[in-house]
Amino acid sequence: MPETMPLAGQTHFVAPSSETPLQATGMVDTSAPPEGQWKEAWKVLRRNWMFWVSAVLLLIILVVVCFPGLFTSVDPRASSLSRSLEGPQAGHPFGFDKQGYDVYSRVVYGARASVVVGLLTTVIVTVIGLFSGAVAGFFGRWVDAVIARIADIFFAIPLLLAAIVGLSALNNVWPNRGYWGGVLAVVFALAAFGWPQVTRIARGAVLEIKGLEFVDASRAIGASKWRNLFSHIIPNSLAPVIVTATVSLGVYIVAEATLSFLGIGLPPSIVSWGNDIAAAQSQVRSGDNLHVLFAPAGALAVTVLSFMLLGDAVRDALDPKARK
Amino acid sequence: MTAVATERPLLQIRDLHIAFTSGKKDVPAVRGVDLTVYPGQTVAIVGESGSGKSTTAHAIIDLLPGTGHITGGSIEFDGVDLTSLSARKKRAYRGDRIGLVPQDPMSNLNPLYRVGTQIKEVLEVNDVARGKAADRRVVELLEEAGLGDAESRARQYPHEYSGGMRQRALIAAGLAARPQLLIADEPTSALDVTVQKQILDHLDGLTDELGVAVLLITHDLGLAAERADHLVVMYKGQVVESGPALQILQDPQHPYSQRLINSAPSLRSRRLMARERAEVRAEAAETALEHAEEVIGHGEGPESAGSPSSADAASADEFGGQVSAPVIRTTDLTKVFKLPGKGLAKRDFTAVDAVSFELARGTTTAIVGESGSGKSTVARMVLGLLEPTSGTVEFDGVDITTIRSRAQQLAFRRRVQPVFQNPYASLDPMYSIYRSIEEPLRLHGVGTGKERERKIRDLLDKVSLPAAVMSRYPNELSGGQRQRVAIARALALDPEVVVLDEAVSALDVLVQAQILKLLNDLQAELGLSYLFITHDLAVVRQIADQVLVMQQGRVVEQAGSLEVFDSPREEYTKRLLAAIPGRSVELAS
Repeated sequence: MPETMPLAGQTHFVAPSSETPLQATGMVDTSAPPEGQWKEAWKVLRRNWMFWVSAVLLLIILVVVCFPGLFTSVDPRASSLSRSLEGPQAGHPFGFDKQGYDVYSRVVYGARASVVVGLLTTVIVTVIGLFSGAVAGFFGRWVDAVIARIADIFFAIPLLLAAIVGLSALNNVWPNRGYWGGVLAVVFALAAFGWPQVTRIARGAVLEIKGLEFVDASRAIGASKWRNLFSHIIPNSLAPVIVTATVSLGVYIVAEATLSFLGIGLPPSIVSWGNDIAAAQSQVRSGDNLHVLFAPAGALAVTVLSFMLLGDAVRDALDPKARK
Repeated sequence: MTAVATERPLLQIRDLHIAFTSGKKDVPAVRGVDLTVYPGQTVAIVGESGSGKSTTAHAIIDLLPGTGHITGGSIEFDGVDLTSLSARKKRAYRGDRIGLVPQDPMSNLNPLYRVGTQIKEVLEVNDVARGKAADRRVVELLEEAGLGDAESRARQYPHEYSGGMRQRALIAAGLAARPQLLIADEPTSALDVTVQKQILDHLDGLTDELGVAVLLITHDLGLAAERADHLVVMYKGQVVESGPALQILQDPQHPYSQRLINSAPSLRSRRLMARERAEVRAEAAETALEHAEEVIGHGEGPESAGSPSSADAASADEFGGQVSAPVIRTTDLTKVFKLPGKGLAKRDFTAVDAVSFELARGTTTAIVGESGSGKSTVARMVLGLLEPTSGTVEFDGVDITTIRSRAQQLAFRRRVQPVFQNPYASLDPMYSIYRSIEEPLRLHGVGTGKERERKIRDLLDKVSLPAAVMSRYPNELSGGQRQRVAIARALALDPEVVVLDEAVSALDVLVQAQILKLLNDLQAELGLSYLFITHDLAVVRQIADQVLVMQQGRVVEQAGSLEVFDSPREEYTKRLLAAIPGRSVELAS
């Protein structure tokens, strides 16, 4: 390096040290309360309009599911054929369907079947998928190969087709299953073919987490594999699984309606949106008295939309990278 | 690197302010930076992460990330104020007159295109050459950047290149349009030291020959001192000191520059470090001997059976400390991985090849090597996280692969603990700091809840963290603080050996210096033995007694640390030493 005279603009400059006081490196900001990942996610969630809209809607839907009697005093199975297809009138805001049932009452009572199928299926699918995916990702080798191949087989069969086949087979061995039997049959049929999706996501998340150093650190203090899996790896891979679960809840509700519409899901004796949409088919063809179709279809759409919105809001909060 | 004394500066930044928008607020990142670069000069901006050095550089070429925007000041390039130009006019400067060599060679080449195509793109976009002429030029450029057999290299894809080769290709791309200014943003921080030296030497020669001015962005003061004429030290978005490189190094005025120079491992006086080390050693050896006697005296656990008495092996080492019996001894340690070969056949890859070394109680053995040398694999085998293919790891005389029962395994775990490299991945983000440090205590059933809390407070105090961090989560702490927590967790079970796998490599120099000091203090106080894995020879001097130099799975040199630095025997060690940046810079003190 040659010793030359400093050029203009390159003379030795020293900032007055008062301008940028040196900071102690051991400082911890204690002004705010401590925040874990979940708390931080809640903070993001709280500021999202999608979350509040869906939360309010879902709260209303849940109340309807639990206490339909609060919203209507009309029996959804009380048929008065004389009023068949009558339009909205006092006391019967959505009018009557072809059988002379009160449409509003049926929409209120039909919520239970749809939401219960959606929730139960999601819970079962998530538990099976999370566990199988975590075990596959964590242990690898042949365990992974076996679980992944089984999941692939189930994944390759279209959900609806599989459910149709499964439910028809079930009808032969378990006819006349009543309300809860009917609901559970649909839940099992959907869950049996829905879990591989969650397995794949859980497996991917676990693979990512298991390579991190805190897992090695935990092994080095002598933690067993299972302890490591349950106390470190699974809790850290929950976020993407929860996101998938909330979004797929809506999908299962739609699947239930589709199956009932096809006449294979819930038996006609059970009041459900899918069954009512199926019953409204003839009106679709003739083109009049469409209120019979729009009421249950609208209720279904609002419910699914609420779950999807919630899913999106949760994803934004838990996985900021996926945000657009 | 001769500064040509022309009247007009090539680049003149005046009172530059840059802010990032967060919500509705502007968060300032760069505050009032002044900077002047003359044609043909090399100017370095030095600072730690978050100092605003990269932001300043990116503002020049209008490549500010995200919500960043210039809020004040001017950037004059060759007499034209770039901040007043339209986006289209600014673009004309990029590549054509100002080239960029980006930081990460791994992600800055598009993996789907041939390397030649990507350099050709630079030529075509800037109207330098087209078609066949451009193809010929690409080969010349790659040759110029020091890639052999450039013609066939141009037709290869990025994944067929090593990290160093990719960086050469990026340099070729940066210089393709013959810019007057080249911005090199940490151009070699992702590379091994020996490769770093080659690349920087080449870049120096090339820019000298072409008369290109270089704005070098780096966190490495040694590197900046060696390569630049003029130095700009940045701290928290402001320039704290700037001036001739040599003058700042030998006589820093601002307290921050002083701190930085005192902490840079490559620049610290060797004598001083040896003296510090000797003090640590003397104290550590004493504590360790006491500890060893205690262990043997009480016959605690099956491990102590058959271990040689520590006293009879004692002799003085080069730091004047007592050398006691080895706590860890590896014999012909070998690890072979099966990799997919041609077709269905598997190929053997020997990651670690017959490595034998000893770690004496209360001392530090450093394993140094570049990426792929097998040093971390050795660490994992010593920790018992990976089974050796052959050879043994003896802990206190007992082969650890023979430990089978759960009780014995837990006993072994208590005595050997790791600290890993990445401060962002070494703590479970879902665990509070308290829970993280408590985990080992809980798992080993140590103490009652109250006793554990007292222990955790004590541990945090040992690593100089306030007790207030207990309720915090890792995402609320800085990298250095997390690494302290990781050390506290490793010490929770009162281990005898701590395996530090690149434990300070990801930290800024100031923080690195603090952690190294902490490790030295803890060694003296607790008589710990360290196995210190690193790629950075400069750091080794501050902490190691014994040094193992590894290359491609083999130990190429093994000696005392003073000996390795003063009279290295092997060619490879000499090369590693020569590659430490800033070694040639004479300091006044």
